[in-house]
Amino acid sequence: MDLLQQIAEFLRKGDDKRVLELTKQAIEQHIAAQDILDNGLIAGMNVIGELFKQHKIFIPEVLFAARAMNAGMDQLKPLLIKENARPVARIVLGTIEGDLHDIGKNLVGIMLKGAGFQVIDLGKDVSAVRFVEAAISEQAQVIGMSALLTTTMLNMKKVMTLLRERDLDGSIKTIVGGAPLSEEIAREFGADAYAYDAANAVERVKMLLAHA
Amino acid sequence: MKPALAFLNEALIERIISEGIDILCKLGVEVHNENVLSLLSDFGAQVDKVKQHVIFKPDLIEKSLRTAAHPFKLFDVLGNETHFFTDDNVYFTPGSAAIHLLDYDRKETRRPDTRDYIAYAKIISQLEHIASQSTAFIPADVPDAISDSYRLFLSLLYCEKPVVTGTFTLDSFAVMRDFQVAVRGSAHNLKEKPLTIFSACPTSPLKWSAVTSQSVVDCALHGIPVEFIAMPLSGFMAPVSKVGTLVQHTAETLSGIVISQLASPGAPVLYGGSPAIFDLRYETTPMGAIETMMIDCGYNEIGKRLGIPTQAYISLSDAKMLDAQAGLESGIGAALAVLSGINNIAGPGMLNFENCQSLEKLVLDNEICGMTLQLVKGIEPKEDLPTLPLLQELLAEGHLLIADHTQRYLREEIFFPGPIIDRANASRWRDEGAKTLVERAHAVVNDLVERYRPSRLSDDVKNEMIELMEGEARRYGQDHLPPRQDDSI
Repeated sequence: MDLLQQIAEFLRKGDDKRVLELTKQAIEQHIAAQDILDNGLIAGMNVIGELFKQHKIFIPEVLFAARAMNAGMDQLKPLLIKENARPVARIVLGTIEGDLHDIGKNLVGIMLKGAGFQVIDLGKDVSAVRFVEAAISEQAQVIGMSALLTTTMLNMKKVMTLLRERDLDGSIKTIVGGAPLSEEIAREFGADAYAYDAANAVERVKMLLAHA
Repeated sequence: MKPALAFLNEALIERIISEGIDILCKLGVEVHNENVLSLLSDFGAQVDKVKQHVIFKPDLIEKSLRTAAHPFKLFDVLGNETHFFTDDNVYFTPGSAAIHLLDYDRKETRRPDTRDYIAYAKIISQLEHIASQSTAFIPADVPDAISDSYRLFLSLLYCEKPVVTGTFTLDSFAVMRDFQVAVRGSAHNLKEKPLTIFSACPTSPLKWSAVTSQSVVDCALHGIPVEFIAMPLSGFMAPVSKVGTLVQHTAETLSGIVISQLASPGAPVLYGGSPAIFDLRYETTPMGAIETMMIDCGYNEIGKRLGIPTQAYISLSDAKMLDAQAGLESGIGAALAVLSGINNIAGPGMLNFENCQSLEKLVLDNEICGMTLQLVKGIEPKEDLPTLPLLQELLAEGHLLIADHTQRYLREEIFFPGPIIDRANASRWRDEGAKTLVERAHAVVNDLVERYRPSRLSDDVKNEMIELMEGEARRYGQDHLPPRQDDSI
């Protein structure tokens, strides 16, 4: 098993110490940071995502893998910048204005980070203006919004309207989720995607970026 | 604290037992078997061979109860311990001896064949929460005369779990014993490590047929455990009241225990049954009736009081299809059974008054069994008192998803059922095909058949059993057994 496969394997097992160690070894062997990221860390996370989708592992296993991913990422980040590597996709995330429920949103954040995305978590009760401005300043490709209440989810529409007004609806994609939402409501609101749970959010964000 | 359910108080239990003994000593039972009548007569029972009738004596019953009162174990075909029938240990086993199978594609019942039985054995071998197999249904592609032995043969060939079985003919016992001796290597080893339980059903009211009474004796002599399956029908072939039915059930069961213990003192037995109320509207015997289940739980308490491990047909349904009724009757039964501590709980897969097995129901019931086995564990502290440090960790970390405590206790504290019990949110459910429960169950059935791995029983033993079965079939005019897949050996 080559070094990158080993990184993927130990990441799948959630062994952050071994992932850290092997990532350092890979760097010492002058393997390109992008290669380590794509074929080691992200390859391992992709396996985890698939197993989670099939109910073969649970959230804790995903989180341990995410922790291992972060351990490796800490080593890679400076090199990725130096190598001018493909920037990691950024997502601005938050619970919509008027809503203080953030458990689901937090879970989505954890899963997205685990999948290798950079997550800028704006917290809860986030206004449309704040969402859009943060997305611009952070150069995010995606805005993720969550709501638990049927009353607060209506505020999500303001984000899509604002993006359209500023002519950003092509460059910044939107994804929504939360108990009262559905594919149909998401479409009605003009969102680019809807996710029914945290694992699904990762999948949908990947699809959004693939089509961006 | 382990939760427990009780319907009878101590005084009532004592009274029911003494009434049962009184009935055996005053009314007696019919026994349509010359050998068994002689056995009972030899030990001092008052026997009328012409009328085939026996009046028992209290000391005979009490002595038999003393030797029957002990726990025992079961072992799989490889000799590993799988069951310890003692205290409130509970194990599930599929309902047995159905004549029909519910066909998923045709959505109707039909007579099952060898292929169906092999699929069943492959599935049951992988169901985590059902500890034993039963000879669940009767393949219609072999002559009736060998259908008992054939079911056991296929079960032992394809699945490693111990088997709940039985015989409907006098001649079947010998080869059914020979299969087991082949698996264990010797008759002595079989006695040391029982592989099967034979069901023995007295006929209500107060009657033993030639076949079943002989089966009790044969099993006792060979150390094969017997479960007594008295079937009083409240309001028809038994008093309408639950206590009256329990008294009759006690008398019928005690008569079986005496036969068994006289044949071989200490022979392992389960205090079982399949009583039912009689639904006068439809002239049926509903196993899913709540009163039927209450009677089951009641006699379980009587068996426990006598120190004998117990059995019941309780987690099953009278529905004709795998519908809401099937789930609710099986679920209620399974929950009551585990809370009562019934040791061998029979029923999974069964529909339509014990007449129809369904593979889809079997895999659903496996998940129900898993839930109820979790239920009976009760609620106990798990390194969570004092709770303050856990909540401090929660506030500091924002969640406890990967806390050490969660890691240690997640799978112990929370039972995650398989894919049949739907816990996805509606969007995910739709995204995954909006499958109905029956469709999900059918997918699991196909998956398990596909993923089956052959039993690890040695090829020599499998071949010996095949020879025995072929010989038995020839004896009854069938030159060839129905074709099987090659994956049996």
